[in-house]
Amino acid sequence: MKNLTVRTSSLAASIAAALVSFSALSVQATDLRVQCYSDGNECEVTGDIAKRFEAANPGTKIIIDKVPYKAVVETLPVQLAAGEGPDIARVTDLGGLNKYYLDLTPYLSAARQKAWQDNFATTLPWFRSGPTDKGIYGMMSQLTVTGMYVNKTLFDQAKIPLPGPTTTWDDWMATAKKVADATKTPFAGAMDRTGHRFAPLAVAYGAKIFDAKGTPVIDDGYKLAAKKFVDWNKNGLMPKEVWGGLGGSAYRDAFEEFANGRIVLYYSGSWQINRMDKNVTKSFDWAVVPAPCGPAGCTAMPGGAAYVGLKRTKAPAEVAKFLDFLSMDANYTEMMSRTENIPANLAVAKAGVTYNVSPLAKAALNSFVADVPKILKPNFDLQGYKLNRAVFQPTAARLGQAVAGEMSVDDALKRLASDVDEQVKAAAK
Amino acid sequence: MKTSASTPWFFLAPNVIVILLFTFVPIAINLHYAFTGGVNLYPTQRPGVGFENFSTLLECGSYFDPASCRKDVFWQSIWNTAKYAIFQVTLMVLFALITAVVLNRKIIGRGFWRGVFFYPVLLSPVVVALIWKWILQRDGLLNAAMVAMDAHPVLWLAEPGWAFFWVTFVSIWAHMGFYTLILLAGLQAIPADLYEAAQLDKASPWRSLTRITLPLLMPNLLVVVVLAMIKAVQIFDEVFVLTGGGPGSATTFVVQFIYQTGFVEPVRLYGIAAAGSLMLALALVALTLLQLKLSNAEKAGERAK
Repeated sequence: MKNLTVRTSSLAASIAAALVSFSALSVQATDLRVQCYSDGNECEVTGDIAKRFEAANPGTKIIIDKVPYKAVVETLPVQLAAGEGPDIARVTDLGGLNKYYLDLTPYLSAARQKAWQDNFATTLPWFRSGPTDKGIYGMMSQLTVTGMYVNKTLFDQAKIPLPGPTTTWDDWMATAKKVADATKTPFAGAMDRTGHRFAPLAVAYGAKIFDAKGTPVIDDGYKLAAKKFVDWNKNGLMPKEVWGGLGGSAYRDAFEEFANGRIVLYYSGSWQINRMDKNVTKSFDWAVVPAPCGPAGCTAMPGGAAYVGLKRTKAPAEVAKFLDFLSMDANYTEMMSRTENIPANLAVAKAGVTYNVSPLAKAALNSFVADVPKILKPNFDLQGYKLNRAVFQPTAARLGQAVAGEMSVDDALKRLASDVDEQVKAAAK
Repeated sequence: MKTSASTPWFFLAPNVIVILLFTFVPIAINLHYAFTGGVNLYPTQRPGVGFENFSTLLECGSYFDPASCRKDVFWQSIWNTAKYAIFQVTLMVLFALITAVVLNRKIIGRGFWRGVFFYPVLLSPVVVALIWKWILQRDGLLNAAMVAMDAHPVLWLAEPGWAFFWVTFVSIWAHMGFYTLILLAGLQAIPADLYEAAQLDKASPWRSLTRITLPLLMPNLLVVVVLAMIKAVQIFDEVFVLTGGGPGSATTFVVQFIYQTGFVEPVRLYGIAAAGSLMLALALVALTLLQLKLSNAEKAGERAK
């Protein structure tokens, strides 16, 4: 009996010692959870860079939680509103989530603050709540530009040359129709189902997007573009199921249609290059053409994803340290090179990035980079507008209804204007 | 042995606490959201707006014309749900009844056929939707078969009428087995001597069905109809995966509207979503009361006999 008591006491002592050492360890170690969605290999590359960070900072462990894009768009905002969520997240609603961001400024040295301000001068305002906000909230891990992919093999088969750099959307669609007819391809073109992709078409046809007070408006240019777009769908130039086949503002890309040779043109963006190179290059020749034009100019839509620190974190200094590590020129260059993305870090962009990609992908990257200076102001302003999703999502929902034949384009545009107005007013409450 | 008056409460406490926390507290919070506005999630940060959320949902030129309503998609979803509930429940109960009657007979491989009809019930709604999406998409199995027979492919999920048809069909396919099982149990409870007596009296099979089977199966039928109706009003998951509520809003149902308003839209209108969910709850309460009333009437009828 005595033996048993002794053994029990020593067991209890061992457990207590283990618990003490475990809790001591857990005090020392800081786990940072990074919620990451991926278009290609972004999360894997971030994970590799994080391993180097861990080696240099033994007390910090970076845990990459890979999630689908839908989780970032739908679940993360609710988590954050409830005071939950990760320490760092890769987000695309840059301005919309501003109130949850951690300002990295107090945790960065003066030299590093300057480096951030200089290197990310063009994109830092996208994260801020307004002109008076000077915070440093996040780092663009992917600067994207929308653009048009063409199936070059189909053009060659149809013996029709690729139109020149100032070709309008109308002319692109007309030419693509000729190519489709000559090659028995089902459709001339398709566009991803989102208002973000529709915005360059609208601005090219004269949409200003904002009124004098900075409130979003559905103006004549927007209406003209919407009518053209719905007509292209109704006339069979575009596959109806992409925009008309879904309900609400659900996102759908048309990559599969392009990869399977069912469309001649595909309006998407630079983030698809990696996928194109891996899945399409083996099947046919493809290229990215200069930004399509309209009466107001040739334009594209900027955008992208960014790593942001979140205010709810219990380790703000470590969050800032890790994001700062990612933003350093060597690490950032590696990230851009391996993920085949356009750099937002101006110093890295100036020094140039070496991409280890096929000649087709390299040409595509160059074409997207060449489109950046052409982007018209309304597109830049819309990207920087913190409620830009209040324009993008109703556009997809209402034009989708018009494409499905549920309502006329005029009714869809009236509803769209009222949806945007309602959302902007509700957000102000 | 005398027990104290508080003893039952001691044993009931765990369940009462769980029900309070996970049923009544959320209902109370939902009520608060329905009468408050703005986009803040925390109840204390939301300004009171009275009945504004309800009046926004109810603002309509004509309730029969969703396009005349301020929240056109909400009313479209209500009409879609009503139409779906009527068609889906009627057809499903009819097919479940026919199947149960057939499976109750002495047919070859009866156990196997019972398994076949029940199998879809075991599948997750998401799996059901993905299987059928694979069959029905533009380059799906069904169109491939049609092209092989020189017929033109059809956009089964991009044409409003077809999309609604397939949503109803897939739902019947997926859930019919469960209701068939309930009806089969009811059929097996009918005493065999009643049928033997009918046979002696040379009653036709139709007469046996209408005078013996259906009247004695009525309590089970009633349960099946009400359960199916409640389930139809709550439809969401498989339709959301199969069509996403489209094309347009052709297959958008009330629960999807609530989900989208509260959790998908860029500016999340929790108040509108909560008001919509309260209206849905009222419809479900009405259906449940109907079930209670009908089953009481049934019992009263039996007592009168």
